[in-house]
Amino acid sequence: MDIIVNGVTETVSPCTIAELVRCKGLATGALVVELNQQIIKQEQWPAHQLKPGDRLELLSFVGGG
Amino acid sequence: MTDDALRIGTMRFTNRLFTGTGKFAANAQIPKMLAASGSQMITVALRRIDTTAQSENILDYIPKEVTLLPNTSGARTAEQAVRIARIAREAGCGDFIKIEVITDMKYLMPDNWETLKATEILAKEGFVVLPYVLPDLPLAKRLENAGAAAVMPLGAPIGTNRGLETKPLIELLIENCTVPVVVDAGIGRPSQAAAAMEMGADAVLVNTAIATAADPEAMGRAFDLAVKAGRTAYLAELAEASGIARASSPLTGFLDD
Repeated sequence: MDIIVNGVTETVSPCTIAELVRCKGLATGALVVELNQQIIKQEQWPAHQLKPGDRLELLSFVGGG
Repeated sequence: MTDDALRIGTMRFTNRLFTGTGKFAANAQIPKMLAASGSQMITVALRRIDTTAQSENILDYIPKEVTLLPNTSGARTAEQAVRIARIAREAGCGDFIKIEVITDMKYLMPDNWETLKATEILAKEGFVVLPYVLPDLPLAKRLENAGAAAVMPLGAPIGTNRGLETKPLIELLIENCTVPVVVDAGIGRPSQAAAAMEMGADAVLVNTAIATAADPEAMGRAFDLAVKAGRTAYLAELAEASGIARASSPLTGFLDD
């Protein structure tokens, strides 16, 4: 199925947010996840099954003034 | 002078130098700069991650007692700024938000109109809103009425280190605003920070001038001293300038007099 991750369409097999994050090998400490413009807290990642067309934003804090 | 603390929202700051996390050569310089400068508030930004690279968590480099001031940089509309602010709060960054809405990519001028709209929305949602603006007195009063916790006029465009180019306009804000006035952007030297504080600014926010100095830790200390000197001078009330000389030593009663 296709989902949109940070503005880019990706084809993934059905999975939860937690599985996708693990699959991508992302460090979870600083990761902020927004699904269809809703923040999903880290403890809820395993419960969120991704659906075709979902828009996922993977964000983190960086240096800025 | 018993208590000269600066209050913004529910927080009390005994140090009037706010700092930023941008442009440091290494994140490890940030905690050293914070310790040397005594800064109690620091900005961070929110961005899409690069999924192909492992990156450090910048929040790991900021001691817990330092207040985080996430900014909405990258936003071009009030709606985007509101969205970034909500994400930052959900992510555990607290209630403080620096609204930065920029539509002009050449001079990085803040869009005062979009900034006001975002302030109205976020203040109602309980955020402690610090809008970054061009110094404009009527706008500053509108921001106050909208619930802004401070106003942050620029001294010069972001990252230019040109100092207080907007000084006369910032003075109007200082004289007329009831919320704290924090000079943000453009301050390139400690002497310019001291000048801002001498004229009565409540605080200054300095990032580039510290982060890109050869020794950010020492420059943080220099800015701390300058801010303290300027604040002390403001409270001591500056003596008036004069067009003609006025002797500091008695001119009579010596030798041939």
